[in-house]
Amino acid sequence: MATPDTNLSTDQQLELYRSMLLIREFEQAVLASHEKRLVQGPAHTYIGMEASAVGICSALLDDDYLTSTHRGHGHCIARGLDVKRMLAEIFGRATGYCKGKGGSMHIADVSRGMLGADGIVGGGIPIATGAALGCRVRQSSQVVACFFGEGATNQGSFHEAINLAAIRKLPVVFVCENNHWALSAGFEVTTAVANVADRAAAYSIPGHIVDGNDVLAVHTTAVEAVQRARAGDGPSLIENKTYRWEPHSVFNTKDPRPPDEVAEWKARDPIARFRKVLEEQDALSADQDAAIQKAVAALIEEAVEFATNSPEPEPAEAMADIYA
Amino acid sequence: MARTITYSEALNEALHEEMQRDANVFVLGEDIAVLGGLFQVTKDLLDKYGPERVIDTPISEAAIAGAGVGAALAGTRPVIEFQFNDFMTIAMDQIVNHAAKLRYMTGGQAAVPLVMRAAICSGIGMGAQHSQSLEAWFAHVPGLIVIMPSTPYAAKGLLKAAIRNPNPVVFLESRLLYAIKGEVPEGEYLLDIPGSVMVREGGDVTVVATGRMVSVATSAAEEVGRDGTEVEVIDPQTLKPLDTATIIESVKKTGRLVIVNEGSRTCGYAAEIAAIVSEQALDFLDAPIERVTAGDVPMPVAKVLERAVLPGRDDVVGAIGRVLG
Repeated sequence: MATPDTNLSTDQQLELYRSMLLIREFEQAVLASHEKRLVQGPAHTYIGMEASAVGICSALLDDDYLTSTHRGHGHCIARGLDVKRMLAEIFGRATGYCKGKGGSMHIADVSRGMLGADGIVGGGIPIATGAALGCRVRQSSQVVACFFGEGATNQGSFHEAINLAAIRKLPVVFVCENNHWALSAGFEVTTAVANVADRAAAYSIPGHIVDGNDVLAVHTTAVEAVQRARAGDGPSLIENKTYRWEPHSVFNTKDPRPPDEVAEWKARDPIARFRKVLEEQDALSADQDAAIQKAVAALIEEAVEFATNSPEPEPAEAMADIYA
Repeated sequence: MARTITYSEALNEALHEEMQRDANVFVLGEDIAVLGGLFQVTKDLLDKYGPERVIDTPISEAAIAGAGVGAALAGTRPVIEFQFNDFMTIAMDQIVNHAAKLRYMTGGQAAVPLVMRAAICSGIGMGAQHSQSLEAWFAHVPGLIVIMPSTPYAAKGLLKAAIRNPNPVVFLESRLLYAIKGEVPEGEYLLDIPGSVMVREGGDVTVVATGRMVSVATSAAEEVGRDGTEVEVIDPQTLKPLDTATIIESVKKTGRLVIVNEGSRTCGYAAEIAAIVSEQALDFLDAPIERVTAGDVPMPVAKVLERAVLPGRDDVVGAIGRVLG
């Protein structure tokens, strides 16, 4: 991997670090809450993949859009969503982002351009293309970041949407988070190419293979792709190679992945790696690190308390919000 | 002042007017720009509004629908075209799982002001994959609005209303109606959603008919009218939401109901109307409800076979005769 060339200030880099930690701790709280039966419905955790969401979202502007996936908590936090309302949504509470109607797989904050996590694999890809088309029609310079997993790249929607975006040179950054496993099927069993990014050639757009556990590498690539999109030069396909530490979801405890492989990827922990980079630059002292960790822990504690004490929705609420 | 134009011209006028009025309205679909649409509904839009708002797409129905959803979320008002109602089945994930549900799933944050136009192309030998009338599929999905205009007047007023509606609308046109002419005012008008039309009044039998079947039902009403039978014909226009009050009121008056719908019989839209009337006006019925629908069979091509499957005037006349005993 190329040495990341980044213009991020020390403060900005520390913010990336803090954001990755917040995702990790949030997901740990989700797992613990599931054990306490506080989580309603499934939840797919993002632990191990934090560098991808944070590296991409840090390249976006406030009015840009993003679409997400069933494994979307990381994208939401990297976009700056409130962890209190996120956790309340996961607990099915009235104070959640979607009033308890969406749950873990549908967290959205339209006011922040977060158009929604998505329970259909590949479902968000045409929507991202459409949001970019809408930006073009409105003659705005907004960009859309579209997250999906490697499994989605075998859906027809991937092909149709990227082809359409490429023809119209739409401002989209397609971000494949290749965590190497669908629920139980390995990437090589399901996919005819060695790298998802190789598929970019089919649409005559740039394809980038990135160490998805290196937040600065992800960020640097994202900046380039976002600039290209905003300049009107069209979409890019970024493949962040990464790994999820946990089984597919909290409902799927049987994990077919080889333990050695899981251990190997855990040794490439994106947070520990970035901490080391910051320490080597003298950008993060032990005291600073402790302070950041403490602040993150306090936010999570507050979120758990908020979500746990939030009211459940009124039953009558079930029939509201069907039509605008 | 009213003049006479075709159903296709009326739809085209609606698009021209709405694109002129609102720069966020744009059209997207296969063969809609250079060709002006397979049925000329998007004629001359490209010349007037340019390639950024009048967009020919690849043959990618799922991407067209998804792009419509995304563009609607991003603050525009897309009108997408499916050449045939049947082709919407290729885009069902975007229509059913996304367009219809995003508002609800986000707890009311998102709005999807998307119009999905499609033509029902029965009656011209297009066969099993180009002739279906799938309105019941869409009416079954919470979150969608379903509209079937039966005249040029309705086509224009309802399309304009659909474009201004903040919800996803499935707008089903009919191939055999595109060339028919009708009176359409010069000035701007919008029609209500929901809103049904009393096509003709009568005290003996209520006939509820949808889309192209309205003209079939009217023709049957004229036929039996020669013998003095007074048939009331109601066109719901908006299948979802449905103006049930007009239908119930009519059935309470006539005591007899025939429903004419072009979709297949089982779990079709006629069944829904029959169920509503059974729930709300059973005591007023003097005869069992009659459904006149397409058969439960894929559409054949040969004229004589297609005619056997589709509801026609004589089928409606027969049903009216049966409910009158």
